[in-house]
Amino acid sequence: MTAVVSGTPRFTISPRRKVVNKAMLGLCVAAATFAVAVLMWIFGYVIVQGARYVNIDFFTNLPAPVGEAGGGFLNALVGTGIMVGMASAVSIPVGVLAGIYLAEFGRSWMAQVVRFINDTLNATPSIVAGLFAYTLVVLQVHRFSAIAGSVALAVLMIPTITRTAEEMIRLVPRTLRDAALALGIPEWRMTLQIVLPAAASGIVTGIMLAIARVSGETAALLFTAFNNRFLSFALDQPMSSVPVQVFTYAIAPYDDWHHQAWAGSLVLVSLVALFSAAMRIATRNRHRMRA
Amino acid sequence: MHPMEQSSPRASTYLAEGAAHGEAASKTSADHAGNALSPGGPSPKMRARNLTVRYGPIVAVTDVSLDVPARQVLALIGPSGCGKSTFLRSLNRMNDTVPGAVVSGDVELDGQSICGTEIDPVLVRKRVGMVFQRASPFPTSIFENVAYTVRVAAHRGQRDVADRVEHALRQAELWNEVKDRLKESGTSLSGGQQQRLCIARALAVEPEVLLMDEPTSALDPIATAKIEELVSELRKGLTIVIVTHSMQQAARISHRTGFFNMGSLIEVGDTTTMFTRPREHQTEDYISGRFG
Ligand SMILES: Nc1ncnc2c1ncn2[C@@H]1O[C@H](COP(=O)(O)OP(=O)(O)OP(=O)(O)O)[C@@H](O)[C@H]1O
Ligand SMILES: [Mg+2]
Repeated sequence: MTAVVSGTPRFTISPRRKVVNKAMLGLCVAAATFAVAVLMWIFGYVIVQGARYVNIDFFTNLPAPVGEAGGGFLNALVGTGIMVGMASAVSIPVGVLAGIYLAEFGRSWMAQVVRFINDTLNATPSIVAGLFAYTLVVLQVHRFSAIAGSVALAVLMIPTITRTAEEMIRLVPRTLRDAALALGIPEWRMTLQIVLPAAASGIVTGIMLAIARVSGETAALLFTAFNNRFLSFALDQPMSSVPVQVFTYAIAPYDDWHHQAWAGSLVLVSLVALFSAAMRIATRNRHRMRA
Repeated sequence: MHPMEQSSPRASTYLAEGAAHGEAASKTSADHAGNALSPGGPSPKMRARNLTVRYGPIVAVTDVSLDVPARQVLALIGPSGCGKSTFLRSLNRMNDTVPGAVVSGDVELDGQSICGTEIDPVLVRKRVGMVFQRASPFPTSIFENVAYTVRVAAHRGQRDVADRVEHALRQAELWNEVKDRLKESGTSLSGGQQQRLCIARALAVEPEVLLMDEPTSALDPIATAKIEELVSELRKGLTIVIVTHSMQQAARISHRTGFFNMGSLIEVGDTTTMFTRPREHQTEDYISGRFG
């Protein structure tokens, strides 16, 4: 102790460390700024291009015939809602259950195989998922349909959800599981009622990512659900979706349609952002565990 | 380890403390020569026979035979890694949850074997509860931590759940501190309170035996004292086995003490005897801080 008081101070940060520290921090800030800047640029550009054309009509009207002004994306918005909803209804339970299986019984060879296939699927381009649904559904019934589109989207969602669910369930500490089992709580209850809620907020993030991803999915829908100029609720008929409609309008030679394509992009991005925020708030865990 | 333990030169120091804290140590005065309780005495609540536990190639517990007397506190002491936790976990089939753990020998509860594949470990654990070193409240409210256990493990109807939660929290001496904040998160409590919440949760199942694995090693002296008082209160109706690294604690709260070393039970006997006239040289060395 006394040595510190006399003599030269020994606890000062060396100049070299100071410089390195500053430099590294600078690099991190620069990288983060760059990433955010690109994002803001894209988002800003979409707003600038699209905001002027987003109005009530856009949400309530069907597409106008070529040459006529006005018209909206009602059919596409409804279509995206239906198909993403159906895909979620299947892929959320399947993905979460598969995640539980991998996390809890992950050592068996079966699980290893499932995990490998899942990871492969996760990296599969969306057009392949579309092709799969095309072969499985469209070719069988000789018709594009909302069901085919939903199948393609579900195929894209399941691996993402499975992977996140597995990772999040694995993060739940062993001590919590032991504590539950030692109380005489059966294993299935422990998994579903203790471990799953403890992992819930992370799993929800994964689900949101999956939904955000497929909401903007074009390639998988182009030759499964195709498109539909009319408002349709028939699941065995072609169905419109926002991204496919944006795609169709964007490559058409009409200025009107280009404007609407921008408006569609803006609405899509905003809806996904809003939905994510809402889900986050709704599932925020008050009883967050201490690490 | 507590600094006091290392510096105490003589075994009898612990006993002085033990005596000061209560009658615990002097209950059974007969000198027990073996690991089993004396013939004619009360029959043991639990009984381990030739218990051996392996983790793959590692033998963690070697051929241990030990009686757990009913409505008493049995303390298990011994150096780190000597198999105390492993032994404790085999008393309520918690070793089943460790992949690769192999248990041989037998454990009896009230004269009935609890080992074997036909025995449901869930039913065993309802009768033999366990509290761990690290308190792990469920990620729910204080109330729900206990209520969930009442509903699931004790198979109680919805009706008297609130009463039973209160009863369990009172038993764990936690009620007065949490009665106004039952809806708050279980993890918002202090470490000592969390540990008592876990004890309340375990008591809500109404076990006959409570296993405690170093329940106070992460707590400060005041919280530790609270838990020790609690144990002294609970032992009136409950059989308790407690693993501890604090020999003062063993002396203060236990009737009998077992000393483990390298996976074997070296000796077990009256806590008084163990701390004054241990039979084995190893025990004396360990208690007086010469190794471990
Ligand atoms: N899950 C496990 N897998 C493999 N080996 C284990 C496992 N758990 C414990 N062991 C080994 O078994 C032996 C006994 O461990 P145990 O946890 O029972 O000791 P302990 O007496 O409780 O020690 P401590 O006082 O440090 O808690 C040790 O050698 C340990 O390395
Ligand atoms: Mg231990």
